[in-house]
Amino acid sequence: MKHLDEYRDPHLAGKLIDKIKALSHRPVRLMEVCGTHTVSIFRSGIRSLLPPSITLLSGPGCPVCVTATEEIDKFIKLGQQKDTIVATFGDLVRVPGSSSSLQKERADGADIRVVYSTFDALDIARRNPSRTVVFLAVGFETTAPTIAAAVKEAKKEGINNFYILPAHKIIPPAMEALLAGGELAIDGFICPGHVSVIIGADAYRPVADKYHIPCVVAGFEPVDILQTIYMLLSQIEEGKAIVEIQYRRAVNFTGNEKALALLSEVFETCDAPWRGLGTIPDSGLRLRNNYRALDIETRFDLTVPKAQDHPGCSCGDILRGVKTPLDCVLYRQVCTPSNPYGPCMVSTEGTCAAYYKYHD
Amino acid sequence: MKHDRILLDHGSGGRASHELIASLFLPQFDNEFLREMNDSAVMTIGGTKLAFSTDSYVVDPIFFPGGDIGSLAIHGTVNDLAMRGARPLYLSVGFIIEEGFSMADLKAIAGSMKNAAAEAGVVIATGDTKVVPKGATDKVFINTAGIGIIDPDVNISGQNARPGDKIILSGTIADHGITILTCREGLQFDAPLKSDSSPLNTLVAEMLAASRKINVLRDPTRGGLGTSLNEIAGQSRVGIRVHEETIPVRPEVQAACELLGIDPLYLANEGKLIACAAAQDAGKLIDIMHKNPYGQGACIIGEVISDHPGKVFMKTIIGGNRIVDMLTGEPLPRIC
Repeated sequence: MKHLDEYRDPHLAGKLIDKIKALSHRPVRLMEVCGTHTVSIFRSGIRSLLPPSITLLSGPGCPVCVTATEEIDKFIKLGQQKDTIVATFGDLVRVPGSSSSLQKERADGADIRVVYSTFDALDIARRNPSRTVVFLAVGFETTAPTIAAAVKEAKKEGINNFYILPAHKIIPPAMEALLAGGELAIDGFICPGHVSVIIGADAYRPVADKYHIPCVVAGFEPVDILQTIYMLLSQIEEGKAIVEIQYRRAVNFTGNEKALALLSEVFETCDAPWRGLGTIPDSGLRLRNNYRALDIETRFDLTVPKAQDHPGCSCGDILRGVKTPLDCVLYRQVCTPSNPYGPCMVSTEGTCAAYYKYHD
Repeated sequence: MKHDRILLDHGSGGRASHELIASLFLPQFDNEFLREMNDSAVMTIGGTKLAFSTDSYVVDPIFFPGGDIGSLAIHGTVNDLAMRGARPLYLSVGFIIEEGFSMADLKAIAGSMKNAAAEAGVVIATGDTKVVPKGATDKVFINTAGIGIIDPDVNISGQNARPGDKIILSGTIADHGITILTCREGLQFDAPLKSDSSPLNTLVAEMLAASRKINVLRDPTRGGLGTSLNEIAGQSRVGIRVHEETIPVRPEVQAACELLGIDPLYLANEGKLIACAAAQDAGKLIDIMHKNPYGQGACIIGEVISDHPGKVFMKTIIGGNRIVDMLTGEPLPRIC
């Protein structure tokens, strides 16, 4: 495992921890935007190794968690349509909507299938020509290009029973919305690795410049994350607020041209609802006119009543970084991974699930 | 959100399965055997100490690299008996077959069961066959039950872990789980993945011949190593500390897990065991295990501690500390 071992090297990690400690002169709050980073930080026990002056906050980087309840309600309504197969990524099936979940609907007879890629959903459509197959297009810029490719393929092949229900989110507007809200005091962003492979690190420059916030794009191994923390501390110490890339083996400044071109051909930005953050302008993706007929909402009316989150659920505040799971009255008392009240306890990348699973 | 229906999670072998058993089955069937929550029940009949176990196999796909549903059904029950220190003797086999199922596939499965039983030295002494209408089941489901004999001075139970015990693992984890997952979803990897499905009774017999200071044996099947360690910690009311760097994972398995965002700690194993044994015998046991084909990767992965009863801790590769919890839900690939 050569490509992984060097990023899990205890000796290298120890050196970085020493350097971090030497630079830690005052309280610093860093936010990891990506859910995979949250899990990696917990899994490798990084919090237990950092000096107490460094606080790591988890942001809105779990694609399942930021999906608004009204969107989940739409998914559920879709699952209840006759002769419809709903194809979805796994975690989404457990997220509670206002009164049900896709998992419960499946137990009640809805045809809801977990897939590993949009192309699997396309295959289901090919094999079931008499059924309507809808892929729930949830996720950030990481997954959007493959969904765009599947949409393009469906149109090219003339598969007329394949649709998507777009609920994509894009990350930089959410980072800006967090800072514009004014309630979040952070000193630096640990920027997402997978998303940045697609969009490139330059996408964070407006945030770094406007809010004078250091941004470092990080890889997912323990040494990657420790080095990122060190790079952020160095910037803070020097009074800098620039965008840097720690995850150079996968990320550049301009992104993946091919993926970006595909995204731009199939999707255009639109306003989107985020759990905890409200509607953020230009933070979602919808199909362009040329592909709009593949949006299931052109066929079914999926309007749902105003969504009701569970009273007391703090997922919204947790996604904004103004609360941790430990501040939530439901956490561990009644809200557990097997009986979740909010999405942050559901998703494997959710902050509450990570606290529950890894936090003493 | 309370559940008023059975969900797939309830069969995951993780937390939801435990909660279902504790909240629904135990109150109905409550007795001293079930309350122990072990791999098989131990009872004395006519002065002979017996282990009795049953399990059902619903694996998809039914043929996979390293085995099939038939060999798995034999290995599973043989191993459940062996995990109480028993010598498995007789098995029953029950088939539920879907109308239209291929006769050639059924013959292949039966042949595979014959071979697996011969290797484990057990006799298939009784059986049952049911055929149900197409769609009423998925291809074929197999139930096996088995009995075995336990020496009078052997006392192995999930409740017997003692502070100071070393935790021994017989080899690499997650081989079966990742093989099934990737086969089921048609995912291709460069390096071939193969299930570890195998009978562990000879390994256990050799371990018991070398030491009677083995307190717990457990095969970490569904729910994986992480869930099994939690079960032991809960049943024995002890803490467990493991060291990440000592837990063996094949590079190809690790790579597949990384790609899918799945923790190998929670993937099923069908040919591995965990043992909690007195520290003074641990080295001897490892030596014995290394000589058996199914224990060649045996190693010490941690120890039983008196602090934090019911909890499992891990010292991570980079020296950090974290909790290892039970599996929640089926392991699913990440979106991002």
